[in-house]
Amino acid sequence: MSAWLALLRPGDWATLLLGVLTVGISFPLLWTGGQAERAVIRLDGKVMAEFPLTAAQRYTVTGPLGDTLIEIAPGRARVLADPGPRQYCVQQGWLTRPNAIAICAPNHVSLSLSGRSTSHDSLNY
Amino acid sequence: MTVSTIDLPVTRDDRRIARYAAAAIALTLAEATLPSPLPGVKPGLANIIVLVVLVRHGWRDAAWVSLLRVLAGSLLVGQFLAPGFFLGLTGALASLAVLAVTARLPTRWFGPVTASVLAAFAHIGGQLVLARLWLVPHDGVFYLVPIFAASALVFGIVNGLIAAKLLKELP
Repeated sequence: MSAWLALLRPGDWATLLLGVLTVGISFPLLWTGGQAERAVIRLDGKVMAEFPLTAAQRYTVTGPLGDTLIEIAPGRARVLADPGPRQYCVQQGWLTRPNAIAICAPNHVSLSLSGRSTSHDSLNY
Repeated sequence: MTVSTIDLPVTRDDRRIARYAAAAIALTLAEATLPSPLPGVKPGLANIIVLVVLVRHGWRDAAWVSLLRVLAGSLLVGQFLAPGFFLGLTGALASLAVLAVTARLPTRWFGPVTASVLAAFAHIGGQLVLARLWLVPHDGVFYLVPIFAASALVFGIVNGLIAAKLLKELP
């Protein structure tokens, strides 16, 4: 190992540091689709409400099956309760990334996050 | 049989370049058999030869070896004039441009590892630009930059160290 390290000259270490920094910076720079900023709640495709993801609050949408309860928190949002039979949108938990979406199909409700840049059409889990 | 009237004088330079190019082509072929997790992520072992030639015989010889390697290597694996050939050629040209600069750095401070790492970055950089302009006209290709950059760094270091060791130990 030390025999190999002896092959490195002082400037080589600077190059390596630069390379590691470049690689390190490229990951957060290119692998985040930006910050989620707003939560959009739709019923039958129509926007019912839009909240910035800054303050914690709750919102209730009434669909054909009953009330869907949405919880907004700083930087994230989730479907807290839904009358649908299989609870897929509730089990999705917190949505944090832009364009992530939770669809409560039986109650015709969807919760999606939007960011400044739209890097994907949608994200589903 | 008619005696050929064409006489191609072969100089010592030609023979030396041919020998190095043959070694580089052999490494390219050996590498082509290795499975790759992602097109473009390759060790680039032939660049070890290019680095050795650059230090021993200068940039002109290194450029010959590198470009002969791209040409003959692509012919042998059946990729001549396929997209992969142009990607490799662009990468080789970009790294040769960078090597022209690194060859002027003071050798007391900068060794083959610096040349190798910078050339590896130039290699993927050139390929990505061509891929973005021609093959994937969408910014989605840049999503892969972190993987390419990380592999360029790792293989750049490894190839540079091997080249440095060869330069030290071979007569």
